[in-house]
Amino acid sequence: MAQGVKTDDLFETGLHSSLSRESMVLNLGPQHPATHGVLRVRLTLDGETVLHAEPVIGYLHTGFEKTAETHTYQQANTLTDRMDYLSPLTNNLAYVLAVEKLMGIEVPKRAQYIRVLFSELSRLGSHLVWLGTHVMDLGAMSVLFYCLRERELILDLIEQTAGVRMNPSYFRVGGLAYDLPEGFHENCQRFLDGFPKWMQSYKNLVQGNPLIEDRLKGVGRLSKEDALALSATGPILRASGVPMDLRKSDPYCFYDEFEFDVPVRTGGDSFDRFWVRMEEMEQSVRIMNQALAKIDPVGAYTTTDRKVSLPPREEIYGNMEALIHQFKLVSGGFNVPKGEVYQGVEGPKGEMGFYIVSDGGARPYRWRARTPSFYNLQTMPTMTRGGLVADVIVAIGTIDIVLGDVDK
Amino acid sequence: MILLSVVITVVKVIILIGILMTGFAYTMLLERRLLGFFQLRLGPNRVGPMGLLQPLADAIKMMTKEDLLPSAADPLVFRLAPVAALFAALAVDAVIPFGAPIHLFGLTISLDIANPGIGLLYVFAFSSLGVYGLVLAGWSSQNKYSLLGGVRSSAQLISYELAMGLSVLGILITVGSANLETIVQFQAHHWWFVFTQVIPFLVFFTTAIAETNRIPFDLPEAESELVAGYHTEYSGIRFAMFYMAEYINMITASGMAVTLFFGGWSGWSFLPPIIWFLLKVGAFLFVFIWIRATLPRFRYDRLMNFGWKVLVPLAFVYVLATAALASGAI
Repeated sequence: MAQGVKTDDLFETGLHSSLSRESMVLNLGPQHPATHGVLRVRLTLDGETVLHAEPVIGYLHTGFEKTAETHTYQQANTLTDRMDYLSPLTNNLAYVLAVEKLMGIEVPKRAQYIRVLFSELSRLGSHLVWLGTHVMDLGAMSVLFYCLRERELILDLIEQTAGVRMNPSYFRVGGLAYDLPEGFHENCQRFLDGFPKWMQSYKNLVQGNPLIEDRLKGVGRLSKEDALALSATGPILRASGVPMDLRKSDPYCFYDEFEFDVPVRTGGDSFDRFWVRMEEMEQSVRIMNQALAKIDPVGAYTTTDRKVSLPPREEIYGNMEALIHQFKLVSGGFNVPKGEVYQGVEGPKGEMGFYIVSDGGARPYRWRARTPSFYNLQTMPTMTRGGLVADVIVAIGTIDIVLGDVDK
Repeated sequence: MILLSVVITVVKVIILIGILMTGFAYTMLLERRLLGFFQLRLGPNRVGPMGLLQPLADAIKMMTKEDLLPSAADPLVFRLAPVAALFAALAVDAVIPFGAPIHLFGLTISLDIANPGIGLLYVFAFSSLGVYGLVLAGWSSQNKYSLLGGVRSSAQLISYELAMGLSVLGILITVGSANLETIVQFQAHHWWFVFTQVIPFLVFFTTAIAETNRIPFDLPEAESELVAGYHTEYSGIRFAMFYMAEYINMITASGMAVTLFFGGWSGWSFLPPIIWFLLKVGAFLFVFIWIRATLPRFRYDRLMNFGWKVLVPLAFVYVLATAALASGAI
């Protein structure tokens, strides 16, 4: 019904004559089962056809950016976890890379590989939650539970390593917080070996399902031009035909040493976004397999620069200088040379970047996060124009927002 | 003699409503437990052994909860809507034969409440009445989600109703009667219609799911889109009545599918007919739940497309073919 209607015609006939034809305003959210948090969408409806959708955000505003200015650089890291809480480690990564770039710190290669491994684990975890919740929004409720089962294994790996399941703050400026625990290689390999089987079962259940295709194909179309103009990044941009991936175009953490493909589709509809994310999961597993092979069981996990990274415990008890470093770092943090820097990484939802201005002190002068969900959400009105209420849910689902990331 | 038959009928009505009410409660429990197993969870298993007392707990909860009335709602319609839905759901079951007639104290008692010659028409008439409950609930709640849910349910009705009617025409033609007892007897003596009317059966089952408002056709209450659709504003016992209507509809739809296509109560003689009937209904309920655990939801305009462009032609062609065969034209 709605698919035959050209959106422009709709606006001509729908909006302009809305004085005579009553349209209805529907507040979708901020309390709604399918908005994944406290997103509110003001929908102007004609029947069930969407004339206009306007995201209203700010219900989860936390003021991280301002808060960070009162924290030392190392402390501010913990704020990044809580933005996109489904993949905290890629947020960590963007932030620590930015600070390291500003300070010119050399991070051991092993630590960088471990960062790659955990970034991809996070990406996988985030995509799994996306898959489950998105398909649940479409009405198929079981997939969520299967996805959460696998995500639990990812969280277990993170917990083994960083001590907590969520918000681990595992990446630190200069390297990592701790070394990999004993048996990590085996556990991780077991997970990676098992994953293709689970992936296949999702594909059987979801991707080949004609009902899912029916709900997604041609729905929420976003043209290449619109995607670029609205600064969409990540899977949304790639599904619209722009092969933009920071891991390829601007490699960090030695991503250029890894072999992987960037899945790209040209249609720009919900099904393409769906497809891109499903493919990305497989590519993530590919990267992780390579990363795991590259990581030596023992070796440096953080820089030896004692001005940045804490000295090991043994050293503190016997070495005066180490004790001083420990005291200085814990009580006052480290100073960052004057300057400004931007560093983006390819997060699961798009480009996650940090812009940091330092006045030479131990706390950032200005700390700005470029969170992907915030920008990606702006594509929603374009996607949903002329669709049905059900398509709005699909659009929100395939944009894959996390409200903590939108309202940072 | 008249008095006796009245007494028998009243007793049968009470028994049937009792069975349907407990049946509804345990279908719900079955669904929750099965969904739990489908989804790597346990489902409710705390109240009583294996959670068997859960329906009782739910009933007490539902009955003691406050029955809210939105200030802007139309009080009369708002209160009547769930009654209408439940009434329609219960009324349909009056004509379904649950088993072969039994002989008791020299009397022959048929295991249905009424046995009208137009049984099939009666079923269709009352099952489509149920949608009024949904539409009125959606309309009277003065809630936008409810309104959309109500609109959707009427859109859904016109999408599936015709195909549903067409799908059983072949049976009418073959049996030559709309009496459900006769249809079952025919199947008991000849063959089950599911073997000769495969496509009509699939059409019937699909539309039956649409009629019960279950996934993939749960558009009027689509949780992720319309919060709770037509029953968003309902609470307490009135909310429970919608639930009862949904589950009793599910039992009815299973019962109708069994009666029309799977030989009703007929089966091998080592089990009594009523057990056969219940087993078949149980199998259908399982399929209903299985589908709910697996499939996503249709979009409502796609449902209309599907109903009019796929189901109706399929059923229609099959009716014509059956008619041609029956009249000996081929």
